[in-house]
Amino acid sequence: MTGLPRPAAPQELAGDSISASAAGIFPLARLRQAHKRYGKIHALRGVDLAIRRGELVALLGPNGAGKTTAVKLLLGLARPTAGEVRVLGGDPRDAAVRRGVGAMLQVAKVPETLTVREHLEAFRSYYPRPMPFGRLVAIAGLEGLEKRKYGELSGGQQRRTLLALALSGDPELLLLDEPTVGLDVEARRALWREIRQLVSAGRSVLLTTHYLEEADALADRVVVLVEGRVVVDDTPAAIKSRFAGRRVRCSTRLERAELLALPGAASVTLEAGRAEIVCADAEPLVAALLVRDPALSHLEVGSAALDDAFLALTRDEAHTTPTAAPGGSR
Amino acid sequence: MNAPYAVADFTPPPPMPLARRARIYLVEARTELLKVIRLPAYAIPTIAFPPLFYILFGLSFGGSRSVGPSMTVATYMMATYGAFGVMGAALFGFGVGVAIERGQGWMLVKRATPMPVAAYFAAKMAVSVVFGAAIVAILFALGAGFGGVQLPALTWLVLAGTLVAGALPFCAFGLFLGYLAGPNSAVPIVNLIYLPISFASGLWMPLRLLPGFFQKLAPWLPPYHYGQLALKTIGADAGGDLATHVGALAVFTLLSLAGAAFLYRRDEGKTWG
Repeated sequence: MTGLPRPAAPQELAGDSISASAAGIFPLARLRQAHKRYGKIHALRGVDLAIRRGELVALLGPNGAGKTTAVKLLLGLARPTAGEVRVLGGDPRDAAVRRGVGAMLQVAKVPETLTVREHLEAFRSYYPRPMPFGRLVAIAGLEGLEKRKYGELSGGQQRRTLLALALSGDPELLLLDEPTVGLDVEARRALWREIRQLVSAGRSVLLTTHYLEEADALADRVVVLVEGRVVVDDTPAAIKSRFAGRRVRCSTRLERAELLALPGAASVTLEAGRAEIVCADAEPLVAALLVRDPALSHLEVGSAALDDAFLALTRDEAHTTPTAAPGGSR
Repeated sequence: MNAPYAVADFTPPPPMPLARRARIYLVEARTELLKVIRLPAYAIPTIAFPPLFYILFGLSFGGSRSVGPSMTVATYMMATYGAFGVMGAALFGFGVGVAIERGQGWMLVKRATPMPVAAYFAAKMAVSVVFGAAIVAILFALGAGFGGVQLPALTWLVLAGTLVAGALPFCAFGLFLGYLAGPNSAVPIVNLIYLPISFASGLWMPLRLLPGFFQKLAPWLPPYHYGQLALKTIGADAGGDLATHVGALAVFTLLSLAGAAFLYRRDEGKTWG
């Protein structure tokens, strides 16, 4: 699927969640070996990505991994330098395709003098079969705010208005670019609820995020993008079982580089002789650790948090593909 | 996943009937007008400055002074400040509006929808025309009410039509500037172009009162031709050919559109736009 040499084949675990949700094997939207260069920056380096009917795919990656670029390609807002983009069986630049797609993009400023109703009515006018106004307001949780100007809304309400704009055409496919970034925990969870309801109502969603927690809470499938490449394409459960490793803590006189060289060490934090090592399997690492520093103390072994798994995953990728340095090789 | 792509998996949305497509343009224009009217920092200076200049330079020193055979200052400057005002509404409404919405990502949000891009630009143009018409109406009221301007009914109409039609070439130029400038540089850039070329084109005071250098420069400036067209309707122009003025503005419009189209394409390859 991703063509990357990985210890576990993605199909092993991915099958379950896909068969549960997929009415079809054919994706609603797809990137195939997509490359995108902006001058010297090689933002996407051969990305394969598919979104199937009724599926929520999380495109997860650190800042600058190419997530927004992937969304722009799927929306026809940028042309791929190489590779193929197909959305709803056509070119995403076609108005006919755009009528079936809704997008929530990262936008610095939305016109603030227009009311929620005016914004929604303008966007509804673009579609042949818009979502009824009342339903739109209800789904996005904007009841009672229709006459409020956009500039007078709270951050969470503004984000829900942008979600409503994305839904105004009652789209088949929703592309949400970092929908919850900058929101507080409560507003984020409220938006998660709305997104879950949309998926259970049969819509297909691609959501980009740099929070593993968000991908884990929402997605049927997680595609991890690092430096313009797909590193993993799997279910959240599979990712956790493969990467949510163990956390080893101890007091040691070893240096950071020595700790990183231990078998299976994925990440190391070292502060005043207190080390914390995240790894896949603790036993071989602890054995090697005790050989190299027989004097170590305060040894503790626990399970790593999800974000550590993500860190392990991305760090691992940076190691196995040294060509992935920013700036491009050609 | 490598299987040939099948399209039978979804039902495409129905096509857009013509009437619904026309409605997009109307809704878009109405929304744009509401948006701009509620921005006093933009709406008030755009509408108020040209009449204010007209009062200061056209009326307060005595509008009945003559600038030529049977032509009063009040009448002459009503035409030239009309051109100045319409041009400002077009350059700011289009140039600054496009630059800001492009730079802040709002245009991208709209371009991701099936909205025809033409509807976006048509709405901005409609609002520029409405603002321009409002400025012309205020100037006419001031001229007739306080400047003793007297013109045949038809001349009022032809002058008004000429002034408002002048929004077109300057909307095109505004579009070009909107794609050239960033969201923060747009206002200073537009001002740095708008104010000097208005002055040098004789829209603030008659060209013959300016040094000879300006009289040689003016025929190379589009607002000069626009001003001359307006002055021609009241018989106060410098005697240039109608076809020359219209032709110059047509060439200017086409060059602006070509420049805007070039920058629009370049924008698509960028990370923002």
